Amino acid sequence: MLAHVTTFAIDGIEPQRVTVEVDVKGGGLPAFAIVGLGDRSVREARERVTSAIRNSGFEFPKGKVTVNLAPAYLRKHGPGFDLAIACGVLAASAQIPRDALARFAVFGELGLDGALRPCNGALAVAEGVLRAGLEGVIVPWERVDEAAIVDLITVGGAGDLQSVAAVLRGDALPDRGTPARSLVLSDGRDLADVRGHAAAIEALIIAAAGGHNVLLTGAPGTGKTMLAQRMPSILPPMTREEALEVTRIHSIAGNHVGGGLIEVRPYRSPHHNTSPSGLIGGGSLPTPGEVSLAHHGVLFLDELSEFPRNVLESLRQPLEDGRVAVVRGQHIAVYPTRFMLVASTNPCPCGFHPQRRCRCTDADLMRHRRRLSGPLLDRIDLLLVVGRPSAEELRAPAIMTSEQARERVVAARERQVARLRETGATCNAHMDTALVRRHVDLEPDAERLLHTTYERGSLSARGRERVLRVARTIADLDASEGVTRSHLLRAIGLRQDAGAAPEAAA
Amino acid sequence: MSVQGVQACDACLRRTWLVARLAGWIELARHEGRRLPEVLALDDETLLRAVAPSEVSRTLAARELLELEAERAAYAAAGLRAVCRHHPRYPRALLDDSAAPPIVGWSGELPDGPAVAVVGTRRASPDGLEVARGLGRGLAAAGVTVVSGMALGVDSAAHDGALQAGGPTVAVLAGGADIAYPRSKRALHARIRERGAVISEAPPGFVPRRWCFPARNRIIAALGSATIVVQAAVRSGSLITAELAMDLGRDVGAVPGSPLDWRSAGANALLRDGACVVRDASDALDLALGVGHGLGTDADARTAGLDPALRALLRRVGEGAASIDTLATTPSEAEAALAGLTELELLGLVTRGPGGTYQKVLL
Repeated sequence: MLAHVTTFAIDGIEPQRVTVEVDVKGGGLPAFAIVGLGDRSVREARERVTSAIRNSGFEFPKGKVTVNLAPAYLRKHGPGFDLAIACGVLAASAQIPRDALARFAVFGELGLDGALRPCNGALAVAEGVLRAGLEGVIVPWERVDEAAIVDLITVGGAGDLQSVAAVLRGDALPDRGTPARSLVLSDGRDLADVRGHAAAIEALIIAAAGGHNVLLTGAPGTGKTMLAQRMPSILPPMTREEALEVTRIHSIAGNHVGGGLIEVRPYRSPHHNTSPSGLIGGGSLPTPGEVSLAHHGVLFLDELSEFPRNVLESLRQPLEDGRVAVVRGQHIAVYPTRFMLVASTNPCPCGFHPQRRCRCTDADLMRHRRRLSGPLLDRIDLLLVVGRPSAEELRAPAIMTSEQARERVVAARERQVARLRETGATCNAHMDTALVRRHVDLEPDAERLLHTTYERGSLSARGRERVLRVARTIADLDASEGVTRSHLLRAIGLRQDAGAAPEAAA
Repeated sequence: MSVQGVQACDACLRRTWLVARLAGWIELARHEGRRLPEVLALDDETLLRAVAPSEVSRTLAARELLELEAERAAYAAAGLRAVCRHHPRYPRALLDDSAAPPIVGWSGELPDGPAVAVVGTRRASPDGLEVARGLGRGLAAAGVTVVSGMALGVDSAAHDGALQAGGPTVAVLAGGADIAYPRSKRALHARIRERGAVISEAPPGFVPRRWCFPARNRIIAALGSATIVVQAAVRSGSLITAELAMDLGRDVGAVPGSPLDWRSAGANALLRDGACVVRDASDALDLALGVGHGLGTDADARTAGLDPALRALLRRVGEGAASIDTLATTPSEAEAALAGLTELELLGLVTRGPGGTYQKVLL
């Protein structure tokens, strides 16, 4: 007898419907075969399913059992297919009704005793269920909260194979599961913890408001990391779609355990010995890398100059395209990577330039600078010098809270969204040359200032465009239609221009 | 000074060829304790016997076969012009040195008029670099040629400053004038040739030995009517230049530094020994041209019309507040500091380093 069960494989971060076909033929020698491009853990499902069925009080059918995971071209990995295979075997041997399996998808790993174990990607599976137009999904108890984020489908939780069978027989209706907990907006790190750093905070707000990538520089121990960690807290709250995407990615990567929707923007700070595939994503079983885990959040690269060149170069595509394609054999996995880059670096090898303590020569400085330069710096709009706060500043109250900063950021973003509607860009940092020309409106004296600055050679052509984008953001923070001279002066003061002043160190 | 082609007599060409050929032996002789000025003062035959006794006959034979026209052609091929010391166009200042180079080859245009040497350590501090650049700017702006060695650090900064002012500058190299050494200064080498000259006593293509650097210093010292040491450690090549300048009867000035700073120890020692104190380009001009020819109070004039807030900001940068973050304690101050520093930078009163930190410009 033949049975069909629906489950989902995860391809990149997208759910792909997989139909588990089980054929049981009585008589002949007993055999159990699984076909359909499964990896090792799928092949091992044979042993787990056999034992789980026997130990749950069912009978494993005699004769030849053939399992096919369709479509056969799609690679399938992970133990999440166990439950679907077991249900298929039970349905094909008429131990559970088949009609319920037409309406419900099932997803989970089985233990030898029949217990249902959690596995990664439950949210993606639930979204697949919704898209496939099914009525609901049965997942392990631990993943009910996560799957229940998807409205409009029934999410049933089960602890073992017996209770899954009970649900399918209609003895117990699928539990709706508890509604997803709404988490707090911040991870507890707030600008209110910061003393001093007025200028740095101002620049962080500009970066957040325009979505500009930023480079922090300053002597060791001045607070670069502390400031970077607070960047997510001043970014606008995520929309539900953004939050769903973030939760899906973290669930697939296996570092979101048992929670509901993630509403805090992610903050990732990979160490500088992270490999390119750790950063970008990959592995023989493609998994999302740090750039994707930082999707809609902040990727912080501490000590940028310590990262090997090839690792930094590999950041180009993710920064440019907002997504990365990892090619493994004949398979391509695509992961989204719309993150904001915050990088930090010491000003020189010893860290104390330009104080008198600095013992670096200008050759050292040039070498240090050269390590940073290149395509990555081209995508960083702002350079933020972090100084050492004075004793009075450390005693004084904090300059502002993250909430106050976020209000300004949100207002500035709203102006940008309204202006850039239907252009594909959502913030000033994403404006290309044409959009800069169209949307950055300089007042006459600002125009003159830009002209003299460019003529003096203090700006490269690319640097000029970056300054204009930042000036637009500063004007947005001031709720100003045009860019004034003062806005432009401030933008020039924050410029990160590796291209300019080639002779300064000559 | 316009000289066409290579104006050098046969004896001087042979001498230049000989010294280049014996470069390795001279290096060895120095290791054996011979003093460089003495060695360079020897005439051809004595020099040969003194540093390379085993090579005498072979070298003499090679000298007889030397094709002088080919030697001359080599200068032209490298784009260099050259004169020997018997030529009326040979730089007069060099003749004060008894061991003056037989031939100097150069690329660019040798400027006439007063010249001052600005030298210092390769491992200069940011302050030292700015001082050197400021001296270069001020001297060049007053039409004084800035002579230095195009080494890393102070030397290059002095050339750079002079070029910023569009003024004349001369780089004296230890190797052939056609080769940029150090290689990282290729761009500077090209710029100097455009606005001044790169000069050397070595034949084109010559790769310098260690002794060539102190030897080059005697040309720097002789070309300048005064030598100014910006930053120098105790055992620095710049001190050799200063000593050679004193031997030639030239003025020596030094920029004072903190007694705690190892990079200023040599310069401070010079001051203790009676060198003139040089604080800025105006002091340097007093030294080079005589008191009263300096820039006077031009520096004050540039800041006179400044908005009081900007002037206060400039003063704080001068006091060592290098970044916007250290200049502001409130968000509104941050805005003002950010705009103000850019304003000052555009006025040329401060410079912004590659690390985003600001420094006051020496006027």
